Amino acid sequence: MFRQARWNEPVIFKLGYPGRRGYITPKTEKEIQQVAGDPKEFLPEKLRRKTPPKLPELSEVEVVRHYTRLSQMNYGVDLGFYPLGSCTMKYNPKIDELLARSPAITSLHPYQDERTVQGILEIMYKLSQWLAEITGTHEVCLQPAAGAHGEFLGALIMRAHQKLNNKLDEKTEIIVPDSAHGTNPASGTMAGFKIVVVPSDENGCVDLEALKAAVSERTAGLMLTNPNTLGIFEKDIEQIADIVHEAGGLLYYDGANLNAILGKVRPGDMGFDIVHINIHKTFGTPHGGGGPGAGPIGVSKELEKFLPVPRIAFDGKQYLLDYDKPHSIGKIRGFYGNVAVLLRAFAYIMSLGADGLEEIAEVSVLNANYLLKKLEKIRGYELPFAPQRPRKHECVFSAKTLYKDKGVRALNVAKRILDHGIHAPTTYFPLIVEEALMIEPTESYEKEELDKFIEVLKKISEEAYASSEKVLEAPQNTAMTRLDEVKASHPRTMALSWKMHLKKAKH
Amino acid sequence: MTKSVAHPYIPNSVTEIKKEMMKQVGIRNIDQLYADIPQKFRLKRKLNLPEALSEHEVKRIMENLLSKNQTTKDMSTFLGAGCWPHYVPAAVEEIIQRTELLTSYTPYQPEISQGLLQALFEYQGMICEITGMEVANCSMYDWTSALGEAARMAARLTNRTEVLIPKIIHPERKATLQTYVEPAGLRTKPVSYDSWTGQLNLEDLKTKISEKTAAIYIENPTYLGFIETQVEEIAEEAHDNEALFIVGVDPTSLGVIKQPSEYGADIVVGEGQPLGNHMNYGGPLLGIFACRDDAQLIRQMPGRIIGMTTTVDESKTGFCMALQTREQHIRREKATSNICSNEALCAVASAVYLALLGPHGLKALGETIMSKARYAMQLLSKINGVKAPLFKSPHFKEFTVNFNETRKTVQEAHEGLLQHKVHGGKDLTHEFPELGETALYCVTETHSKADIDRLAIALEKTLTEAES
Repeated sequence: MFRQARWNEPVIFKLGYPGRRGYITPKTEKEIQQVAGDPKEFLPEKLRRKTPPKLPELSEVEVVRHYTRLSQMNYGVDLGFYPLGSCTMKYNPKIDELLARSPAITSLHPYQDERTVQGILEIMYKLSQWLAEITGTHEVCLQPAAGAHGEFLGALIMRAHQKLNNKLDEKTEIIVPDSAHGTNPASGTMAGFKIVVVPSDENGCVDLEALKAAVSERTAGLMLTNPNTLGIFEKDIEQIADIVHEAGGLLYYDGANLNAILGKVRPGDMGFDIVHINIHKTFGTPHGGGGPGAGPIGVSKELEKFLPVPRIAFDGKQYLLDYDKPHSIGKIRGFYGNVAVLLRAFAYIMSLGADGLEEIAEVSVLNANYLLKKLEKIRGYELPFAPQRPRKHECVFSAKTLYKDKGVRALNVAKRILDHGIHAPTTYFPLIVEEALMIEPTESYEKEELDKFIEVLKKISEEAYASSEKVLEAPQNTAMTRLDEVKASHPRTMALSWKMHLKKAKH
Repeated sequence: MTKSVAHPYIPNSVTEIKKEMMKQVGIRNIDQLYADIPQKFRLKRKLNLPEALSEHEVKRIMENLLSKNQTTKDMSTFLGAGCWPHYVPAAVEEIIQRTELLTSYTPYQPEISQGLLQALFEYQGMICEITGMEVANCSMYDWTSALGEAARMAARLTNRTEVLIPKIIHPERKATLQTYVEPAGLRTKPVSYDSWTGQLNLEDLKTKISEKTAAIYIENPTYLGFIETQVEEIAEEAHDNEALFIVGVDPTSLGVIKQPSEYGADIVVGEGQPLGNHMNYGGPLLGIFACRDDAQLIRQMPGRIIGMTTTVDESKTGFCMALQTREQHIRREKATSNICSNEALCAVASAVYLALLGPHGLKALGETIMSKARYAMQLLSKINGVKAPLFKSPHFKEFTVNFNETRKTVQEAHEGLLQHKVHGGKDLTHEFPELGETALYCVTETHSKADIDRLAIALEKTLTEAES
């Protein structure tokens, strides 16, 4: 039986003893002290810090133990099945980690003379070419730090394009389907656009009639995920592209689900002008519990001029950073991108090659459809939207019958799954599915693990129909039982830092 | 079926397993699962990528490529400007390699993600302690994007359209800020500086501030390494005009320099990379974002925030994501930002780093850095014609080095230093032409006296060569 560690580890601010140290900073050499003088005198009185920060005082031993214990109260891909839909929780190869720890990358400064960083520039240059080939785009920019950051850049490129054509006053809207990730409308808004939502049809795809009605002279572009968040391929993509392009809009591809179609079909070939890539979702880089990721953006030839500076270029002899791009949108962050993440992706693509990437797509899709076939037979879970159509990388089930019959919600199913040492699927997304359980197995898990998951979902259904208590009281085997998430956000109880907690505790 | 040998990363790539699974799905070949993709769009050829390689080959090729780099370990390097060389203790490296943390996703299921949630809560708490603020989020991408978000937040809170920024600002921060605020209809206005001290020109500030000003932003230490001394006056100017005061910090300075909360900061942004994260050629970095405990401010904050709570039965204290109703997955186009994945693991590294240092370690770090930087400035100033620093103000770890009185340009000095296996500072001649032949140098605790001496000797040789 699965049992997650329960260390009852206190908040670090409660640990330690005055005088303990976990790390000694390098000493200031005597000669330097003599020349430079007393550091206490360097700053005028009014600029000096008077009260030391209330950081804990711990030995190295205690710090390591504390965080090792915390790590044991966390769940990752290396521990087991992680079918978190839309997040593509793949295996993160160890060789990529090993390479990323090399001082030849960790100890590089971004402003070093280009002649001293030819290796990393070559890696970045080639990676962007490979990503352009994989996505069917003309040019790829590696600068965005994460998927949503790439989306923001994509929307900014739409803005720059309309601006250059003197159409920004007119082109004020971005269209997104109601099944889209929340980041799409949020990114469009950040780039100054108004968001128009189009409903999905009975097959879970963009409703062409609704799209035609939504498109107008105000349309700057459409943001689309394909395969969409239900795992269904938008087969009318050609008509969708035509409708948007005819209105003078651009087509933006959300790369959340690129894993399913690697080597099969390329967004650029489907008519997308701007293509987004989630490096951690597709190229096996670790998500680190919330980043660092990387969100490159590929564009058509026409849009290349808008990409952020610098562009990594090759003059036939050496790699260089090119800032001479007058139409560029400028910078969206410091320096050139999350290089340590990109380096892992480069090694990943080398380890797989064209055949391997296609194999990834095929097996991830096979795994998803295998789960679908088995799960749709279990009482209480239903597959809404076009049950006859194959899914790609993920399938979205609804637990609404289970809810209606036994008061067991998708949330409860998710919590009960945790009790079996498996991470829960994404819940309550996409918004068009009631009591959604969004399941994405990826290519990284063996059939035995998938079968175990099927058994677990079956067992939960049986438990729910027998007496729902066990499911409603879950989880019991995790480091904590159900947490009160409302309390965490309530103005009266909210504690967003240790300091805030102490202040509230006093009152 | 594209492969006969199973790939190590793909357990089900064994032909027999695939056959069995296809049977269960009711298909004869996997292509049937792609049948709904219009044929005209299907890729009819293989992707044009290099052949797959074995792990050993990948390692050899990568090592070969990486060996074309010269690192800051191969040559004494004096670059800073937003990404700094600091030592990363082994304990930090070990902890962030724990795969339970490394291979996890955003903690949507808090019960099974307590470890990461607690580590991030502790990070937020430590950022609050060092900045003096009361609330921090669990990270932004970097300082530049944190600044962009802070400016937009200030505009939402004040309903105003201008942000005053110092003329001495990192050009990449300025450029990113510009990118972030332009679509929101905001403008940035630069405030000039005193040419003798580098300090913000308060007269200019007074003429530029107006009822349109959403915020005044300053950096402390400034981009050119000196410390802004008129912080109280600037804060007062902001608050008298009902604008917010945003302060950008280098956190390694906060053991010695007064924390921004003490001089009226409403929002603090900064770069957390120096707290336990390698430079990695400029990424990933770690955007610090903190503010006062004010309900209005908190509601407008961007990014993930971890909160303390209890189990439903109230028997235990635990952690989960808080205030998600500000975020894109709930609020969509009305969210305070689109950010979701951030730099969480870098934040964990910083929490471990600060826990190791403690209050005294952070102070010792600041004092060591200041001593070494001061030594470097004094040593370089002894070279004929070299002026370091240019501005009469106290400095932290970076300083300007001016070559106007030598016969060499910054670029020529740089070329000469490279010959001696020393990498000089950042050329400022394009960014700040008014400063003449000036570069920005950086010294941290990682530079030994020998490194600094070598720089001085190499520079002197380089500059004398010019005369011969």
